[in-house]
Amino acid sequence: MRVPPGVTPGDFADALKQFEAAVGKDWVFTSDEDVDLYRDSYSPFWHEDEEPIPSAAVAPDGVDQVQAVVKIANAHKIPLWTISTGKNLGYGGSAPLLGGSVVLDLKRMDRIIEVNEKNHYALVEPGVSYFDLYRYIQEKGLKVWIDPADPGWGSPIGNAVDRGGGRTPMRDHFDAHCGMEIVLANGDIMRTGMGALPGSKTWQQYRYGFGPYVDGMFSQSNFGVVTKMGFWLFPEPESYLTGTVTVSKHDDLIPMVATLAYLMNSGIVMGTTSVGSPLTFARQDPALAALYAKPGGPSTQELEQYAQGKSLGYWSIELPFYGPAKVVAAQWEHAKEKFSAIAGVKFQEGATRRFPMDPKDLQQFPTSVAVGIPNLSVFGVGGARSEGHVWFSPIIPMTGEAVIEAQQVFADAYREMGMAMGPLFFLGPTSNYPRCFLVLFGFPIEHDVEKNKKNRENFKRLIRVAAEHGWGEYRTHTAFMETVMDTYSFNNHALLRFHETVKDAVDPNGILSPGKCGIWPKHMRKARA
Amino acid sequence: MRSARAALLFLCSLTIATTAFAAPDDSQVERGHKVYDKWCFPCHGTGSGKPGTASLAARGQKPAVLEERTDLTAPAIKRFVRHGVLFMPMFRKTEISDAELDAVCAYLTRNNKPQ
Repeated sequence: MRVPPGVTPGDFADALKQFEAAVGKDWVFTSDEDVDLYRDSYSPFWHEDEEPIPSAAVAPDGVDQVQAVVKIANAHKIPLWTISTGKNLGYGGSAPLLGGSVVLDLKRMDRIIEVNEKNHYALVEPGVSYFDLYRYIQEKGLKVWIDPADPGWGSPIGNAVDRGGGRTPMRDHFDAHCGMEIVLANGDIMRTGMGALPGSKTWQQYRYGFGPYVDGMFSQSNFGVVTKMGFWLFPEPESYLTGTVTVSKHDDLIPMVATLAYLMNSGIVMGTTSVGSPLTFARQDPALAALYAKPGGPSTQELEQYAQGKSLGYWSIELPFYGPAKVVAAQWEHAKEKFSAIAGVKFQEGATRRFPMDPKDLQQFPTSVAVGIPNLSVFGVGGARSEGHVWFSPIIPMTGEAVIEAQQVFADAYREMGMAMGPLFFLGPTSNYPRCFLVLFGFPIEHDVEKNKKNRENFKRLIRVAAEHGWGEYRTHTAFMETVMDTYSFNNHALLRFHETVKDAVDPNGILSPGKCGIWPKHMRKARA
Repeated sequence: MRSARAALLFLCSLTIATTAFAAPDDSQVERGHKVYDKWCFPCHGTGSGKPGTASLAARGQKPAVLEERTDLTAPAIKRFVRHGVLFMPMFRKTEISDAELDAVCAYLTRNNKPQ
């Protein structure tokens, strides 16, 4: 039997018996066969001793059982690693950061407590997936949209507390939450915002309650176990329209992104869009491939000439609009007026979708997450033989200058690492979050020790390169949490030192998710250089 | 190692070819269909955005939609679900219980012909 670090086999056996008494024998997993199911399927440590494998898993079915498990763990000083649906693939999956931790698996807590159609919110447990919530809403015929993360089997709670993003106007998932229920390390239970008021009628309607607003401290942290969370939903809009804007010259990107930022910050464009280039899709053309094969690659002028010759355009953005048909048409017209200041700009209007959509059309909708329908299509991103991926995902300013600089900096970094392009792919800067761009690079997981070692080195190098240019990761795989947190070092790591002060106060035995986001309990903390 | 996964794929293909046929009962098939719709269809179903189906098609598996296969076996299905393959992750017992997995196997082998 595997045993958590710092715990004697006798103490662990005693704790396991108590876990069984708390949640039932069937829901405490200790055999290697069962516990191995909690390994990260996309682990960058496959077949290496460093792979953090849990010692056991315990799966409560209610908040009272969570309280009992946490109290037992606290008494025995057993590290718990909390997961919700456990499908945070690319960021650690269901595996702990610290090998030997007991996984606190909340998948069985899958109750949809309320979906309110009049005030447009939901209250759910951690084991609810986007698929579950979507099906529930469809079955009941409610006129509200969820905002799914790209993988539909993810948990609205798990994704929000990891500060994931989507595509609709509710795309910043943590920002869209309203009210939390949290079990603390001593087993105490706490509700935030208006939930702290017994009998409150507005837990999912007014975020702040009274006094300090603490919800953010339970995102990307290890200060408590979130057992309920409210989310604001988007009222089903009358229609969805997309319009594509294409410009012809490289430097047009600067006014193009400035206009996009104006439209987004004005509330005219309210969904996720990406900066792309039609040239990306033309790389198979021998003429363009020949330009890229030249020593040093093509010049900007050559690419502009190629794009002009093929009537392709150099950059493009697809703008999403949500709302009444008359309003989205007017928004698109206004956007066109603004972009028309760029010489040679072209516009292409997409189809207007009306809701509710015909189920047959829904089945074939290529980007269904943009209209609140979860799917799993993102898992095809690495190709048919992909064995998984991890994401390098810095945040850069929403300016054309920043996009051009980031493209140059990361291209240079890849070249220095011996790679002509990104290791897997570079998804264009996207607006999953307000006021900034998220850039995503996928690193392949290949079940090859040497390749994974090299990729881990490269990943860490990119984290440092990004930080040197003022760009930080928004989220990362457990393997890189410490490296990323190390870059948030203003004033001798004042922010991390604050986190550690909080950790020591609310979880003095350090049982909750040790190492999450670089926050270690006192007894496991390394001396800082 | 890639070789370990290749061995798993090879083992599964052998299992597909050699395991004996057993007719599943209707209620088990119906239960399995529900579990399949919840857990498997989003990746292995028909329509756009089904990466499991796309991957099987790209690798020459025919038919690529699992529900249309007549050569799958319970041991192979269980291995894929509990160990994963390529970008398909493994599934925990809090997601798909052993009993539910048996039902999925009944559903996906319902059209198998006796050997």
